[in-house]
Amino acid sequence: MPSKPFLSIVLGNLKLKNPLVLASGVMGTSPTLLQRIALAGAGAVTAKSCGPQAREGHPNPVMVEWEHGLLNAIGLTNPGVEEEVPLLKEAKALIKPLGVPLFASIFAGTVDEFILVAEKIVAAEPDLIEVNISCPNVKDDYGLPFAADTASAVAVTQAVKSRVGDIPISIKLAPNVPDIGRIAQAVVDAGANLITAINTMPGMVIDPDAVQPVLSNKVGGLSGPALKPIALRCVAEIARCVSVPIIGTGGVTTGQDAIEMLMAGATAVGVGSALWYRGPEAFTLILKEMQSFMEEHNYRSVKELIGKAL
Amino acid sequence: MTASFKAQKITSVRMLNDSTCWITLDGSIQADPGQFVMAWLPGIGEKPFSIAGMDPLSLMVVDVGIFSHALHTLGVGDEVWIKGPLGHGFSLEGERLLLVAGGYGAAPLYPLADLASKSGRTVDVCIGAGTESGILLTAEFGELGCGLSLATEDGSRGKRGLVTTLVAEAMNQLNYDTLYACGPTGMLSALADLCQQQQVNDQLSWEAHMRCGMGLCGSCEVPQAFDPSLPPGWLACFDGPVFIKRWA
Repeated sequence: MPSKPFLSIVLGNLKLKNPLVLASGVMGTSPTLLQRIALAGAGAVTAKSCGPQAREGHPNPVMVEWEHGLLNAIGLTNPGVEEEVPLLKEAKALIKPLGVPLFASIFAGTVDEFILVAEKIVAAEPDLIEVNISCPNVKDDYGLPFAADTASAVAVTQAVKSRVGDIPISIKLAPNVPDIGRIAQAVVDAGANLITAINTMPGMVIDPDAVQPVLSNKVGGLSGPALKPIALRCVAEIARCVSVPIIGTGGVTTGQDAIEMLMAGATAVGVGSALWYRGPEAFTLILKEMQSFMEEHNYRSVKELIGKAL
Repeated sequence: MTASFKAQKITSVRMLNDSTCWITLDGSIQADPGQFVMAWLPGIGEKPFSIAGMDPLSLMVVDVGIFSHALHTLGVGDEVWIKGPLGHGFSLEGERLLLVAGGYGAAPLYPLADLASKSGRTVDVCIGAGTESGILLTAEFGELGCGLSLATEDGSRGKRGLVTTLVAEAMNQLNYDTLYACGPTGMLSALADLCQQQQVNDQLSWEAHMRCGMGLCGSCEVPQAFDPSLPPGWLACFDGPVFIKRWA
């Protein structure tokens, strides 16, 4: 009987017991919720993005299911970086004994604000800082302007990188840009240690009886199964342009989805909306399905799958 | 797709007290008692509501804020958009059931009592509130053949004091198989203690500030401080609202 395939991965300077990462935004910033996901089998967990000040987020409705996925506009609800730091410290204390790294996520409206948040978040000693330059739900004040413009993306990357010491940073990119590979290349040249791709895709769900969009914010971020082909294309394109590890995120609900994401060039795989479809057990289920696929096709380790389809 | 909205017309509105109405909608819902729906009024907002009746779908609405006030202004023929059923509800376990309502917490217990009494179980109901007007659905529980005990903090109806006193008395008189409860957090925490002491299985319906209602945003975590038996990161909208505890 051959031994089971290895699910552990090396992500930059980090060792993960498996490639599944809780995507930022899901489960918020509560230490016990992050602990729960770590206990549920995630290889690493990402806290919800925090910014310079507390934000309540958008009024309800903030999430709706549609035929092929979800649409959300939570609106970057967060307690602000000052309050986030002790929460992250607490979360880290809870999940470190489980061998699960903690990723922080930060957003801001200007390069100066990114510097402020980055400088403060360091105190929580996260294992990685994800830089969210691509939230689609707060277009006017945060997000898209950075991810859509190479020069801005580079400026944020350089600014954050210079303030966080040895902590690796991953830049989270938006799918709705003309040339995601070029932006990835530029932020890696500017010092990004990893790339997270992709954020949700802007979308709208209209209720014809109500004669209006369902979300109070009107537009939201599309996630779930419909996002997967878009994410695979983006990850594949980024993988062709850069050699840093990619956290491939978008529509991964099953083990096969995760395998596809790895084959597109991702080293780790983000999991978010799957928690609606399958509950927090999604992590265990996806890992089991990955393992079955790998056994069936004689893959010995996750490493063998990375970029295999390129 | 349980988490998309469907417009449903109001077929009747009945006032239960000065600030509480019972809204009946056209059509039924296939749900377990204790599950909830999100109600949306376009342009106004969206809030979670216990399912107070399943066939036809009914909601009990207390006029406490902008959204519930807007629901109170609606009449027969107006539409409410419903998403659900969501979450996990009560499970019928045992033959002798004790239902405990703190004020508006009576809403999800009513369809449970209906189901339980129709299946021949013994159902006793304890209802508590601050004052007389907060005691709701007594006639409805009575029609189902439930035994009723009432308490108000000001003594205006039933015993003076807290509903937990009634519960302790009831538990001394009969060995209940399961205690079901919905109401304020303090009441639920006290009942969790009591059930642990007496080793009675309990199913408590917890409330928390819900946003997505789908177990993703992490807003409605119920802390273990409320009930030490809750696992870490327990979400009212996804894991609950009902937490099922079996001592036996």
